[in-house]
Amino acid sequence: MSLDIVVCVKTNPDAQMIRIKNREPVLEAIPYKVGDLEKNALEAALQLRDAAGGGTIRALTVVEGDRKIRETIKEALAMGADEAVIVADPALAGADQAGIAAALAAAVAKIGACDVLLFGEGSTDNYSGQVGARVAELLGWPQIGYAKKLALAGGGIEAERSMDEMIETLAAPLPVAVTVVSEINEPRPISLMNILKAGKKPVTEWTLADLGLDAVGAQKRIVSNLAEEQDRKHVLFAGAVDEQVDAFVNALVKEGVVGR
Amino acid sequence: MADILVYSEKADAALELVAKGREWAAELGLGLSAACLGAGAAEAASALAAHGADRIFVSDAAFDGLPADTVAAALAAAAAEAGATVVLIASTRRGKELGGRVAQKLGAGCVSDVNALTLEHGELVADRYAYGGATVAREVITTAVKVFAVMPKTFAVGDPVAGAGAVVPLPAPAASAVRVVGRRAKEGEAVDLTAAPRIVGVGRGFAARDDLRLGTELADALHAELACTKSLADFEWLPESRILGLSGAKTKPDLYLAVGVSGQIQHTVGVSSARLIAAVNTDKEAPIFALADYGIVGDLYAVVPALVAKLQSL
Ligand SMILES: Cc1cc2nc3c(=O)[nH]c(=O)nc-3n(C[C@H](O)[C@H](O)[C@H](O)COP(=O)(O)OP(=O)(O)OC[C@H]3O[C@@H](n4cnc5c(N)ncnc54)[C@H](O)[C@@H]3O)c2cc1C
Repeated sequence: MSLDIVVCVKTNPDAQMIRIKNREPVLEAIPYKVGDLEKNALEAALQLRDAAGGGTIRALTVVEGDRKIRETIKEALAMGADEAVIVADPALAGADQAGIAAALAAAVAKIGACDVLLFGEGSTDNYSGQVGARVAELLGWPQIGYAKKLALAGGGIEAERSMDEMIETLAAPLPVAVTVVSEINEPRPISLMNILKAGKKPVTEWTLADLGLDAVGAQKRIVSNLAEEQDRKHVLFAGAVDEQVDAFVNALVKEGVVGR
Repeated sequence: MADILVYSEKADAALELVAKGREWAAELGLGLSAACLGAGAAEAASALAAHGADRIFVSDAAFDGLPADTVAAALAAAAAEAGATVVLIASTRRGKELGGRVAQKLGAGCVSDVNALTLEHGELVADRYAYGGATVAREVITTAVKVFAVMPKTFAVGDPVAGAGAVVPLPAPAASAVRVVGRRAKEGEAVDLTAAPRIVGVGRGFAARDDLRLGTELADALHAELACTKSLADFEWLPESRILGLSGAKTKPDLYLAVGVSGQIQHTVGVSSARLIAAVNTDKEAPIFALADYGIVGDLYAVVPALVAKLQSL
């Protein structure tokens, strides 16, 4: 069986690199990278394709501007995606979930060959978890959220999914939209060789006009976006382990959080 | 008349949303409706009616597994019937995926994982974490219909009110192509990390599952609850109920002691309100130290046994 898979990949500002200045996040010069959960989705795609015995994996991403996207998407190609499709359009600036979902759904329709459409359950930065569901609705496909195990069965997909209080096993025919959780797998490391190879893989670029779309404007207004205030002491204890431990425990006793 | 429409597959969460919805409905001059779907819908409907929903849309047709596509179709039908301008859903995992789907059907903007929702100058303002938890974004939805997926326990359940809401039967939507094959309970005991005054958090600095014994001993010596990073729950070393962070518990203990935890933002959002934060980590550049009051740069395999001995000697 041949299984064509599209993996929707968001490139996120590296949350760990975001500095806070006067409670405001400083986003200038922050590197963008493929989201953590999207790497799980890519790994799941590679394993499903192996199980099927063939098929094409495409990494699909939507961006408003440049964001060095051609560099970032190479991560997905180096992991093993065969091709990349980039929808880039300045008109996407300010788009939120509905705008991104519209572009993704139109791109999936234009790609055509898609049996399984994969997403992370949420993006590393915003984690809204809406886009997979919105795209499934636009395509009129069934959806399976929070998959922690995926297998081909009976010409369709069988998924174990992790809900709040239970593990549920669902079966769905193809095509289907699936979002994955991080425990589904450990994404394979990227070798230097594969990074070099990734440069030779095909990358297609479309604008919204290529997809016959007008921009979908923002559906939300951000009133504020500030960090919570933190005032910490930052005391590190030096010396041999016993000295460090003594000073550490004494400090906690003085603070009244341990001891009698 | 326009309505606020409430839905959750969890009875308690639906009651919480009804309680708050009733307050806002009165303030905004809207009606309050609710939807109850699937097995047990009739009983759930009478509870919501008793708590002040004016109209309850009920369909006890087979919603086996409550698949997102069918539930979204039913909820969109209820929203149309009610002329809903605000849809409140509980942000459980089911609620989150439903939120996106139903919002798309309704041409609505949606905010998920809302941890505070307030009526300010006639507008609903939703708070949620952004940038992995580094900031709190306050958002207003600008579409005519607004969908909010609100974290359970954001609001309290209200008292029952006099008067009975009307039950409105909802036509059954087309069946989903998704079929439930099986179901089992999640493993692991339930713990309430939010109630613990002291918490020891363990992370990937522990090289093997058996080594977590050190973490347990430290927690015992501190009279603390044991918690972990998501990574350890993903390895199934500890149950999900012990995760601290964006996808786990958000706590405010007197002391949080992180051991072998790097302090990625998605984790620290669960402890950033602790009165004191302390850390043991081999890497002095680990982000956890930027958030710590007290720290030891060192190997947990040497530090933790010494800490346990010292604490026991107090
Ligand atoms: C959408 C999303 C949601 C997430 N939600 C959560 C969440 O709710 N909670 C959560 O925890 N994570 C969450 N994560 C994951 C999070 O980003 C981090 O990956 C995770 O918290 C890291 O776990 P860790 O600190 O155990 O591991 P690592 O980051 O690998 O850190 C291990 C640390 O141990 C130290 N160490 C190693 N050996 C030793 C030793 N011998 N002694 C002492 N120290 C040692 C290392 O220096 C390192 O700092 C989420 C991620 C995403 C994308």
